[in-house]
Amino acid sequence: MIVARLALQSLRNRLGTALLTILAIAVSVMLLLGVEKVRMGARQSFTDTISGTDLVVGARSGAIQLLLYSVFRIGNATNNITWKSYEDIAKRPEVDWIVPMSLGDSHRGFRLLGTTADYFKRYKYRHGQPLAFAAGDPFNDLFDVVIGADVAATLGYDVGTKIVVAHGLGSVAFVEHEDKPFRVAGVLQKTGTPVDRTLLVSLEAIEAIHIDWQAGMPVAGETISADAVRKMTLNPKAITAAMVGLKSKLSTFKLQRQINEYSQEPLSAIIPGAALQELWGLVGTAETALSVVSAMVVATALLGMVTTILTTLNERRREMAILRSVGARPATILGLLSTEAVVLTTAGVALGVILLYTALIFLNPAIDRMYGLQLNIDPPAAREWLTLAAIVLAGFLAGLIPALRAYRLSVADGMTVRT
Amino acid sequence: MSTPAVPLPESTKSTDAIGAPGIISMSGVSFTWPGPHGFSLSVESFSLAATERVLLIGPSGSGKSTFLSLLTGIITPSSGRLEVLGTDIAQLSNAARDRFRAEHIGIIFQMFNLLPYGSVIDNVVLPLSFAEGRRARTLARGTSEDEARRLLTSLGLQRADYENVPAANLSVGQQQRVAAARALIGQPELIIADEPTSALDRDLQQAFLDLLFAEIEAAGTTLIMVSHDESLGSRFDRVVRLNEIAITQRKGNAS
Repeated sequence: MIVARLALQSLRNRLGTALLTILAIAVSVMLLLGVEKVRMGARQSFTDTISGTDLVVGARSGAIQLLLYSVFRIGNATNNITWKSYEDIAKRPEVDWIVPMSLGDSHRGFRLLGTTADYFKRYKYRHGQPLAFAAGDPFNDLFDVVIGADVAATLGYDVGTKIVVAHGLGSVAFVEHEDKPFRVAGVLQKTGTPVDRTLLVSLEAIEAIHIDWQAGMPVAGETISADAVRKMTLNPKAITAAMVGLKSKLSTFKLQRQINEYSQEPLSAIIPGAALQELWGLVGTAETALSVVSAMVVATALLGMVTTILTTLNERRREMAILRSVGARPATILGLLSTEAVVLTTAGVALGVILLYTALIFLNPAIDRMYGLQLNIDPPAAREWLTLAAIVLAGFLAGLIPALRAYRLSVADGMTVRT
Repeated sequence: MSTPAVPLPESTKSTDAIGAPGIISMSGVSFTWPGPHGFSLSVESFSLAATERVLLIGPSGSGKSTFLSLLTGIITPSSGRLEVLGTDIAQLSNAARDRFRAEHIGIIFQMFNLLPYGSVIDNVVLPLSFAEGRRARTLARGTSEDEARRLLTSLGLQRADYENVPAANLSVGQQQRVAAARALIGQPELIIADEPTSALDRDLQQAFLDLLFAEIEAAGTTLIMVSHDESLGSRFDRVVRLNEIAITQRKGNAS
């Protein structure tokens, strides 16, 4: 149709401003969808971190705090739990398996986790996927260490490398357990979880490196050689937390209550999924704020479009008068301008989606490497399509502002061109 | 899509006898623009017969724009009766009036007639999008593009002048001819030309009028042309001075 073609030619005549308008909308759409992608990616990566564990037990504290330090290695435990409490829980009939975790030492900025060989069997991530070895085996010897993929990649370690662990968590350690070096026994495959940034040793090893220490400092004159340590019985006195698997999910709440009411020591048991929900409740406000900000950016881009169209109206009054003189109704003028707004918005939305996916494809490996965040490159979900449709609708509604003005102008001007 | 019942050219010609309504018939028409300084215009009587060529002398401020807006149905009389082609256009809905204008009236402005970014052919065939009757009449002769080229050729434009050239790149004289072709395409009954030659020099003026008149005669079209140049009068059937047929008033000056 000639009118449509002329409308397109009119738009092409203003190609520069039209392209800038489209670009502004595209960038805002990219931001809006990108924030959503990162939000989903972050949630997914948190949710994927622990799978198949029914309860996490630690010293009495808030659910989020316990979850963060035990599973995500964020922050520190308020207190330890005694080995006796651990054994009491392990003996409960509902318990299928239990894996102890002892945190508190580090190696060049990466955390050291003391645990049992069961950890490799019981710890599951991303829909029940077990840990897998890229090289080597689980720890066998007292001074064996298994390292996560990021540890291996960052520090350039491989099976057989000798390392020294430090007491405390700083990457520059003041006190190193120099007398008892560890040997890398295995390297884990990348998981996208905090395990990648962890060194795993046996609980006994944690005890061993502290055997001649008191109050966090080596005791002067009392050094025990690594060989002597091997011959000693190393019974852990305390651990940081424990992962528990139950025979039946039905007993989860019962056992949780019993652990929370354990009389010998103040303990907390949390259900990982429920604690995550609590965490989302906490960060939800920030997420909402981010979404609101990106929605504002979209609104700004649409306002920019309205401004651009409005400023062209005066120079287009001639165009409108000519169309009126050949019989176009004011409604046609209104339709042309609304269509222009919808075309610009739709083009902006389409370009925004293309830009976002292009950026995702190219930046995803870097984002994963730097932030441990795996963003899904799947087609927009129903919710996102809805968002995009809402933006086009908003563009149409915003476009009505200049369109109605043009309508009024064309009614008032008739065929007379006032310039 | 319903087309409003409008008389075909044949039927209007049949009512062309003395006393019967011609192309335009105005009696006791008045119109006042809204607003505190509303300009008002009233016309006691004016009529235009079919195939008549009238030169309307109307200096600026004489109510020329208001008069033409009334004729083309952009505005409707506050009182009185105005018939175009036997149709009381005040009775039509806004949409029907726009369609009526598209169907029966071709308009040529003083200047800036064309959509500058469009092709010349698109500019010429543009009215056909809004006028089914004119489109049907054009298509009866062939394609609308062919008819546009035929009109452009008879108005003295060479194909090389306008093919693959945006309308804005044409000279003013060429643009006026394109505007004439647009007004003429599909043979509307009435052509209204608002000082179409005022932007042209004397030679071009004469050439433009020669070509326009030839086309109008061939198609049997009625022409009303506004100008302040009375020397053109000899070429027309009748010369009408707007200030002789119309009384104008500004609210501020009213006693």
